[in-house]
Amino acid sequence: MNFFEGYAFFLVLIVLLIPAIIMGYFEKSLKLYSFGISIVFVIIIFSKNWIQLLYLILYFILQLSIAAGYLYLRKKYGRNQKLYHIFLILTILPLVLCKLETLIHINIFGFVGISYLTFKNVQIIIEIYDGVIKELAVFEYASFILFFPTLSSGPIDRSRRFHDDWVRVCKREEYLKQCADGIQKILVGIIYKVILAACFFRLMEFLMADKSWYCIIGYAYMYGFYLFFDFAGYSLMAVGTSYILGIRTPDNFKFPFISKDITDFWNRWHISLSHWFRDFVFSRFIMTCMKKKWFNTRLQKASFGFIVNMFIMGMWHGLTPSYLLYGIYHGVLLALTEIYQKKSKFHMKYKNSKGYKFVSWFITIQLVMFGFFIFSGRLLEIIK
Amino acid sequence: MEKELLELLEKVCEDSIVKEDLDVELFESDLLDSLGFAELLAEIELTFGVFISPSEIERSEINTPNKIIAMIKARS
Repeated sequence: MNFFEGYAFFLVLIVLLIPAIIMGYFEKSLKLYSFGISIVFVIIIFSKNWIQLLYLILYFILQLSIAAGYLYLRKKYGRNQKLYHIFLILTILPLVLCKLETLIHINIFGFVGISYLTFKNVQIIIEIYDGVIKELAVFEYASFILFFPTLSSGPIDRSRRFHDDWVRVCKREEYLKQCADGIQKILVGIIYKVILAACFFRLMEFLMADKSWYCIIGYAYMYGFYLFFDFAGYSLMAVGTSYILGIRTPDNFKFPFISKDITDFWNRWHISLSHWFRDFVFSRFIMTCMKKKWFNTRLQKASFGFIVNMFIMGMWHGLTPSYLLYGIYHGVLLALTEIYQKKSKFHMKYKNSKGYKFVSWFITIQLVMFGFFIFSGRLLEIIK
Repeated sequence: MEKELLELLEKVCEDSIVKEDLDVELFESDLLDSLGFAELLAEIELTFGVFISPSEIERSEINTPNKIIAMIKARS
């Protein structure tokens, strides 16, 4: 069984959500129950491969100790940068070991969800350093980290946002509305993933057989749509399920194919990831640059920031040439967009005209689709 | 403090409107983007010694000159 796949999963999901809905209706707290369901799913899904379950447990204990240990030292020694860097590296280390598998062919910490869990743990360390997180309750930490709807592929929630929903018990009317929204999201998600993504996947396979240029272009577009419907569908189901359990997990997609430029695209595509990078990588990189006076001009600073930011995002997807290239590609595009929009008089003069907006949208979509083509791995395959 | 902050904001936003209209919406009117926001937080820390974490606040809590002034006052 996998998360949000197959009849068995959905059958268990429906059976386990019904008591939650009844409890929500009677204005009872869902804390304990939703944690219980998370544990049930973790056991069912991970137990088919015991090594994975073992890694997950080990990872959980390790990260909890790191966070609790750092919080203790942060209170004792204050905003000490060295300590912070040590703990940050410790938190990321399991993911690095896992990702190195593609290079050294030894599988360490390879379990479903480690990439996404790392985001949650890293943000906790950063916010402890910032003094924003001042306490760590074990039960709440476990509920946040192991929350099953988002465990394997996001959306990436924030611990303090999660906390607000987690402690709140909705009034009946509000819960019912949220529950209805949740069910609707799950149904739309199923249509996206099971019907639309599957259709585009078929077309993709059909076009993959032929190596002529027009089939390759066709493949790139079909892959782009497949990727969207597959991942957006999954995200909708995860968000919808969260709603029913009283947690308003943030949305991950907002019509990415109507983006007017690449910056706009990253506010609409895999939003929880790009905003995570914005808040925890890009902003902090820019702030460090300012304090250390690394760059002379704003545009140099911004361009460098975008490229570093997106390169790390590429690395996070995996240490393969295609993913790294995908990261650099988007970093460069964001930098060029920034330079163009700040420097070009043509842009400033026409940016609000309809024709200009249309051309800008059209170019953006082609660039985005080319990015997905890199991401798919086929570009480098063909070049070889 | 207010005057100093408005000077800072003008530099970051590259527009003097932020000094005239203290309730102007900074993000929706394209005066501040992710870059400007990070620059502003760094400048506030350097000038006033007030640290605001970029992930700590919702943008709606700091989207006008008046709200920024209030936040710095509350923290210094």
